[in-house]
Amino acid sequence: MQAFGDLLRKLVRSRESGVLAFLLLAFAVAAVLAPRFYSLQNLRNLLLDTPLVVTVGMGMTAVIVCRQIDLSVGSIVAVSGMVVGELYRAHPGLPTPVAMAAGVAVGVLLGMGNALLVTYLKVPSIITTLGTMSIYRGLAFVIGHGNQINPNDLPARLVSLSITSPIGVPFLALFALLIFVATHIFLSRSRWGRAVYATGGNPDAARLSGLSTNGIIAGSFITCGALAGLAGIMYASRFGFVNPAQTGTGFELQVIAATVIGGTQVTGGSGTAVGTLLGCILLAAIVNILTVAHLSGRWQLAAYGAIILVAIVADSAGRRQRVTVAA
Amino acid sequence: MKLKGIRWSHQFTLLLLIAVAFLVSVHMSRHFLDPAYLLTATTNFVETGLMALAMTFVILLGEIDLSVASNLALTAALSGVLWAHFGWPLPVACMVGLVVSAVAGLANGLLVTRLKLPSLTVTLGSMALLRGAAQVLIGNQSITGFPDWFAGVDQRVVGPFPAITLLLLVAAVAWWAVLTRTIRGRMTQATGANRAAARLSGISVEAITVRVFMVSGLMAGFCGLIMMSRVGAARWDMAQGRELDVITAVVLGGTDIAGGEASIPGTMLALILIAVMRTGMGLAEINPETQHVAVGILLAASIAIPNLLRMRNGQKAQPAK
Repeated sequence: MQAFGDLLRKLVRSRESGVLAFLLLAFAVAAVLAPRFYSLQNLRNLLLDTPLVVTVGMGMTAVIVCRQIDLSVGSIVAVSGMVVGELYRAHPGLPTPVAMAAGVAVGVLLGMGNALLVTYLKVPSIITTLGTMSIYRGLAFVIGHGNQINPNDLPARLVSLSITSPIGVPFLALFALLIFVATHIFLSRSRWGRAVYATGGNPDAARLSGLSTNGIIAGSFITCGALAGLAGIMYASRFGFVNPAQTGTGFELQVIAATVIGGTQVTGGSGTAVGTLLGCILLAAIVNILTVAHLSGRWQLAAYGAIILVAIVADSAGRRQRVTVAA
Repeated sequence: MKLKGIRWSHQFTLLLLIAVAFLVSVHMSRHFLDPAYLLTATTNFVETGLMALAMTFVILLGEIDLSVASNLALTAALSGVLWAHFGWPLPVACMVGLVVSAVAGLANGLLVTRLKLPSLTVTLGSMALLRGAAQVLIGNQSITGFPDWFAGVDQRVVGPFPAITLLLLVAAVAWWAVLTRTIRGRMTQATGANRAAARLSGISVEAITVRVFMVSGLMAGFCGLIMMSRVGAARWDMAQGRELDVITAVVLGGTDIAGGEASIPGTMLALILIAVMRTGMGLAEINPETQHVAVGILLAASIAIPNLLRMRNGQKAQPAK
């Protein structure tokens, strides 16, 4: 019994408990306001709305834990989607794994661009990625000569990734789950994961204790880029088209919001994959509940903003309490 | 090289770039030599310029305000709705809009100072919340049909000059004077350079931060009214993404994103450079996406190249923050 009490106390005090409480609250509100939320079809929609944000959110968590930020992910999604679309247009028979590899490769290249500017040329990441957000977006236009990738350019087997898999759950959700598990193990169990936290927590101390902070920061940007590249092909599968102006616009806001709601501090050094996953689900659930409750789409953005503010204020209050308890 | 020398050379670089951009623009389109056209084109950049002045102080403090463009949209939407749907007199509706924009700025400032939250996340939240509120207010419609005295502020002229362009110039001089010639301005610089030292020397760091955020909000609201008059409509999605242009102008102008160093002339020169490039490319029928690419490269290069030169001189580059 004592052990159970300790476990419970540990759980309540953990960083993720706040967002979990919000999530349960949202599900309870949905049960009252919009019972249709629990219909199988709707839960399935929810399962399809989260994978893209989860996938990129895992990379963003690493970047933000390193005390950096990546505003260019939405544009990377667009470039990767356009490249994959053009590949399919040229070679309709392209095997899906090859197309995915191409998307990831594009993401790695663009992530390396960010990493180079931040670590070698010492341009602060908010400036770097503000710039590359525009540059990469322009690249998406150049690749397709301003045209969009239409549904008939994309093979049916790509679209089916977001519909089914051998075990019934869409492949897209499985990819996201896999990436979440890998990130969780990497950040919380591996030596490199600890180095990421050390770099964000105190870069000078990390460098003086022999860590290659530049290498770790570069690695996090490249990983984030690679995952955004993967999200590009996931976008093509989920929505059946890629538009150079529309695809991924405002996506960086969603991803950063989900990461921050999940308790990752933009001041670096703290944050978990579990928190980000919960943040992603919470954001998607809120949007979904608004839709099901027939509150028109015009409430969505305001709800996003309100929930970001509530989450960071609650997290700050919780942190102060935790500090008091420790003292 | 002393720091003062670097700043001077940065502004000199901007002047050179403006000259180059001007010559290229003239080469691409003859219209660019028409002074009347150029003077009219300046009115497109007044809102960005005014918000960049306020943003220079925000970034000087080492903070950031991502919510300015959303605040602009909310002020326009709120004033427009009060006037069009509730029948309020337009001046009163505009005053209410301005008050709300200042309150939104105040709220940002209080969250940053009282709860010690990073301004990046606070204003990321208010960026979504304020634009979302504008969307809740007017949905997908536009509010138009403003009375003659209000509409078309960009067409008012003083001599050959558009009135709002002159307003921007006056505001720039005023901001420069406040920053460099008043005690408050020096205190703001001191706060940005070293917060702890500023606090220990008796400066109310929190009060300064709150005030700077409030001015940033109020200025955004004021720009909302200008834009509503200029384009003759209020919409929830007006000036979407404009915060990036504003921040680009400030950082390109030589203000250190980490705080402590700011230059109003630099911000204005950077604004002129962006304006010449965008107007020139627009005349040459280069699409907006390519224009974004050029401005993005400019932004990254404006910090990367000086760092590269400093490294070649064997000095340490400014550390990334």
